[in-house]
Amino acid sequence: MVKEIERAGIPVVHMCTVVPISLTVGANRIVPTIAIPHPLGNPALDPKEEKALRRKLVERALEALTTEVSEQTVFDVK
Amino acid sequence: MGKIRIVHYINQFFAGIGGEEMAHIKPEVREEKIGPGLALEAGFKGEAEIVATVICGDSYFGENMEEAKVEVLDLIKKYNPDLVIAGPAFNAGRYGVAAGGVAEAVQQELGIPAITGMYIENPGADMYKKSVYIVETKNSAAGMKDAVDKIVPLALKLVKGEEIGSPAEEHYHARGIRKNYFTDKRGSARAVDMLIKKLNNEPFETEFPMPDFDKVDPNPAVKDITKAKIAIVTSGGIVPHGNPDHIESSSAQRYGKYDIEGVMDLVEGEWETAHGGHDPIYANQDADRVIPVDVLRDLEKEGKIGSLHRYFYSTVGNGTAVSNSKKFAEEFSKELVADGVNAVILTST
Repeated sequence: MVKEIERAGIPVVHMCTVVPISLTVGANRIVPTIAIPHPLGNPALDPKEEKALRRKLVERALEALTTEVSEQTVFDVK
Repeated sequence: MGKIRIVHYINQFFAGIGGEEMAHIKPEVREEKIGPGLALEAGFKGEAEIVATVICGDSYFGENMEEAKVEVLDLIKKYNPDLVIAGPAFNAGRYGVAAGGVAEAVQQELGIPAITGMYIENPGADMYKKSVYIVETKNSAAGMKDAVDKIVPLALKLVKGEEIGSPAEEHYHARGIRKNYFTDKRGSARAVDMLIKKLNNEPFETEFPMPDFDKVDPNPAVKDITKAKIAIVTSGGIVPHGNPDHIESSSAQRYGKYDIEGVMDLVEGEWETAHGGHDPIYANQDADRVIPVDVLRDLEKEGKIGSLHRYFYSTVGNGTAVSNSKKFAEEFSKELVADGVNAVILTST
């Protein structure tokens, strides 16, 4: 799907846990996430911390969308 | 030579430990053949035996690839196998990535031949077909017998160091290796034969298949994110409670388009996941863990993004045919363009 969205002319960031799969399917902007069943959350955290974690990941995704890239790029979350 | 010693690698599901709720288990070993190992060993007709089975949860492997590989290799090498068989993984994506990863690591780090099997659309096939022999299987475990029939002869050749035939002869995913050989017909004659067949609409096999270079160049970055309209797309199967469009839990045939106008937070009981390829409990408790609607609403209010698009698009990425997901995305991308969406956040589980 990521490739078709990109092909339609819309910049797209892929947020996923298994980065090698994302690279194989041809995503150009990739943000690694937490875990397969809960990519943008962590049930072990309290709700406030969990939302803060999600915000950090989403902010990284927005950085990815506003960064020019010429090839597949992984935007790790610090 | 005595019996060939095999260590077999499988996931938690084929080991009978459990489904997605057990996909987090760490590598463990059992000194017996389990599940598909029974059919595999029978396929060797007494020439080989499975001395141990290494089991690892697919999510554990997918989320901790480097550590998991080391742990699995440590378990395998204790048994001094002559051969390692991983899977077959059919069309199970995480399992395919794990099986391919294990097979590659066994060959490179332990110097032991390894083989696995996968359906052509398994992402693990593309990732590892150049480094290991991956037998072509059907897309579900219903194809186990077929898979065993293909794995056994190729595995025997690998162990015995015999010459391996072409991908078509031995039923493995082409590895992109060219081999010189003598033939009784020169190139020009073969080319003309092929051309005549082509003109007669007869099947023919090219000697030089063109690689599939379907890459899409990245689009320019979003200039001003504070004015951008951002849409969410997911393969994580988030749907309104009750899954009104009946999106399939695997091999999805459809996608949904859902209105989130005025929705500030995805709450339990109103939103859930239709995904059947991982434990759904975390997404059902809080679907924001898969599509971050709550955070994007906050960013919208704070003026950090222009707006969150009124609709999100969702399907289940679980053994779903590449041709289907391509078709879904072609369709809804046109709508996204028509609706003036400037950027997409696509999440996957």
